Amino acid sequence: MPGNDFGGANDFGWVWALDGWIIATGVLCAAAAALLGNFLVLRRLSLLGDAISHAVLPGLAAAFFLTGSRNSLPMFVGAVVVGVLTAFLTEWIRGAGKVDEGAAMGVVFTSLFALGLVLIVRAADHVDLDPGCVLYGAIEMTPLDTTPLAGIEVPRATIMLAIVAAIDAAFLLLFYKELKVSSFDPDLSTSLGIDARLMHYLLMTLVAVTAVASFESVGNILVVAMFVVPPAAAYLLTDRLGVMIAWSLVIAAIAAAGGHLAAVTVPTWFGLRSTTTAGMMATAAGCLFLLAAAFGPRHGVVVRFVRHRVLAWQILEDDVLALLYRIEESGPDDDPRGDRRVPTPTATELRPLLLTDPLSLRLVLARLRRLGQIDRTEENRGTYPAARHGLALTPTGRSRARNLVRSHRLWEEYLTSRAGLDAARIHDKAERFEHFTDPRLRERLDKETDAPQIDPHGKPIPTENPDPR
Amino acid sequence: MSLLGAITESAAQWPTWDQWRRVIGLADHNTRVVILGTCLLGAAAGLIGSFTLLRRRALMGDALSHATLPGICIAFLLVTAAGGDGKSLSWLLAGATVSGMIGVGSILAIRNLTRLKEDAALGIVLSVFFGVGVAFLGVIQQMKTGHAAGLEAFIYGKTASMTTDDAGLIAIAAAVSLVVSGLLSKELKLLCFDEAFAGSRGYSVVLLDGVLMGLVVIVAIVGLQAVGLILVIALLVIPAASARFWTDRMWPMALIATLLGGWCGMVGAGGSAVFSRLPSGALIVLVCAAFFFLSLVFGVKRGLLVRTVRRVRLKRSVDRQHLLRAIYEIVEATGDAAGNGRTGTPRAPRAPRAPRATTAAPFERLLGRRSWSSGRLRRAIARAERAMLVSEAGDGVRLTANGVCEAQRLTRQHRLWELYLITHADVATTLVDREADAIEHVLEPSVIAELESLLQRQAIDVPDNPHAESGQAPDGGQHAGK
Repeated sequence: MPGNDFGGANDFGWVWALDGWIIATGVLCAAAAALLGNFLVLRRLSLLGDAISHAVLPGLAAAFFLTGSRNSLPMFVGAVVVGVLTAFLTEWIRGAGKVDEGAAMGVVFTSLFALGLVLIVRAADHVDLDPGCVLYGAIEMTPLDTTPLAGIEVPRATIMLAIVAAIDAAFLLLFYKELKVSSFDPDLSTSLGIDARLMHYLLMTLVAVTAVASFESVGNILVVAMFVVPPAAAYLLTDRLGVMIAWSLVIAAIAAAGGHLAAVTVPTWFGLRSTTTAGMMATAAGCLFLLAAAFGPRHGVVVRFVRHRVLAWQILEDDVLALLYRIEESGPDDDPRGDRRVPTPTATELRPLLLTDPLSLRLVLARLRRLGQIDRTEENRGTYPAARHGLALTPTGRSRARNLVRSHRLWEEYLTSRAGLDAARIHDKAERFEHFTDPRLRERLDKETDAPQIDPHGKPIPTENPDPR
Repeated sequence: MSLLGAITESAAQWPTWDQWRRVIGLADHNTRVVILGTCLLGAAAGLIGSFTLLRRRALMGDALSHATLPGICIAFLLVTAAGGDGKSLSWLLAGATVSGMIGVGSILAIRNLTRLKEDAALGIVLSVFFGVGVAFLGVIQQMKTGHAAGLEAFIYGKTASMTTDDAGLIAIAAAVSLVVSGLLSKELKLLCFDEAFAGSRGYSVVLLDGVLMGLVVIVAIVGLQAVGLILVIALLVIPAASARFWTDRMWPMALIATLLGGWCGMVGAGGSAVFSRLPSGALIVLVCAAFFFLSLVFGVKRGLLVRTVRRVRLKRSVDRQHLLRAIYEIVEATGDAAGNGRTGTPRAPRAPRAPRATTAAPFERLLGRRSWSSGRLRRAIARAERAMLVSEAGDGVRLTANGVCEAQRLTRQHRLWELYLITHADVATTLVDREADAIEHVLEPSVIAELESLLQRQAIDVPDNPHAESGQAPDGGQHAGK
């Protein structure tokens, strides 16, 4: 819509004079909403933006009734008053009626919306006041309504949102500490002399101002999305409030700019013209959230999965080596390098003992072979129909395995002799500890348990190998 | 034009008796269908809403009804592209259901896989899905084949023109909700009250959550196209929240919410049939809201009135007990010596003697006893006087015969508990008074009996004041901070 109506110059009808302002307006709106949204998400009030966006209707209608005009200032004031009222009523019903926060919000905003609808229907007898028009500004239309500022024609919506964003930022900077304490720990804030209720209502007032200013100029879906999605994505990226706010601003800005770009370009791929910018901005924010949820450095779903997998494979590596060592040990010969009576086990024979899936085992065996820690032996002794590929430890592998088994048995000894655990219950624990035991810890265990020769099960504890890998 | 003008104007349009008769008698076919449909929808939403309310997800309906928009648009686009009628109801419903279910999956995934809370999951799904839908609507609006007007009616509802088919659909959804919640009654109860326990009993919490949200999607979708977005949310939240004020049990609550939802739907739709100018969706919500506020104030279990009365009663009874004990202890301290002027001398321990009914406690000393205002103290005295427990004597207050009995009982409770704390709970003597003060009002006879046997002091009338040996009245200082 934006460029095309004005005879766009290039393929997508992109005109900087228009699209630049649209992006600037979108970024300002997104930033203003995301700034406050951080605290809404932390206070579990994420749906408040949505609630306010519906609840302001009676404020608009009442302002219209009282002034008899569609002048934007009284409408703005009326909407903000009802927006704050929504927060107050929700809080009152929650406190006085002991109703769940979400339910209180649902009761308040649906009732106010219905009231507004009735008022507007009455007003519509006299003048055309379409609820859709009142509620949904369109960001595409913002460059049409300009006002000169320092010699440049600047859209009024951009100026208004810039002011709102500046107020929000100033509020955050001035009351950062108070907001932080009262969001995370209301009791602590009371004991520090910070009025948590006052902070709550100040925040709610600003949320109402930001929401109303935004949907008057750019439509409500954008601001509802920007209150929640960028802060939620930022919450998954960091554990620090300051960093979270910074991330939320970055994400909001990218979503706004990228959303408009997508709105103009994506439909042309299908032979259509541009689509709703606000909707695409929300969609872009959703995509960014998905990325953050998947690849966030500490809490990302994919990252956590990969980290878990890698750790599981490392442990499986250890388990394979230790198992091969124990099989060697159980052989009739004390010297593992001597004539081996016990055939080396094959991968298929190992798998049930390791309780793992075939793919993981194959990956781990390949890696161990590449590291030169195990070797494939080819044996054909007549008892087997065909050549079987057994697995055997190389000297490097054996020294790593010795240390693992040493760790395991030292831990078992320690757990029985020092921690007083029952011998039947120590194996699982030692099995877990052995993977995280370095030479220095082994040395201490050795000292603590008076350098034992055998473990509680009567198995010999291998001697320390100076060069484990 | 003013608000007042608008109101008086509406009063001028009061419907005639004939209009009332037609609606109440369900004379018109259309009115019958609409009232039946909204009533069933309200009942189904009330039932499902009570589960989501107890699960602390009251706004799930909000999120999920917004989440249906992209499905509706995609279904429209696909069907149109395939050459069909894009506005055929069944395809749109199918699309709405699919995208609603994807919304359910997303909420569950965000909640279970990330560290975000419930509300953020709902907010994200709501805004992003709706944003996607709006973007699709923008595309649809440009297509030559499809004018989006029909789709918008789908989202904003058209209660007054509800058809028999719509009502039938609502009836099916209501039946499904009823059957599923009946079959899963035990599981849903566990899910609502103790998720962890439900998990430990081997129920799949995620699956149950999915079923519950699926029911919300079904109700939301049939409601959406019949009565509009906001109304569905209201019907899912308000009847359940109102029912919560009337009972503490789940099934009675679900029943009340069902009936209330049905009733509100009926009254609202009927009202809009009478006052034809008012939008029925809004009217239904306002009826719901009126019932919510009635419940909030008058609800017999958690209503404001009941809770206020309960609180005032408790406060009064505590005040009376404090008053009686204060008089008793003051008289006890001045003791039998009141006659020969040895006021304030500590009595010999282990020689407790019931104060005579004739001795009066001066008002000033009573006031200094606790941190109560003189007005509050006077009111407490006046109430006790009406109950024939005390009588005013000049500048002081004196216990009546009944009052002595009651005061003795209270003081005994207090001191038994103090002794228990000193001997069995190892609480320092200087601290026990406050502890005992907090609990003495709720001690039951059986507990007193147990205390007696524990302390093996069956025969004692009123134990000694454990503070008496230090020669000071404990309460004056101890209570100053309260």
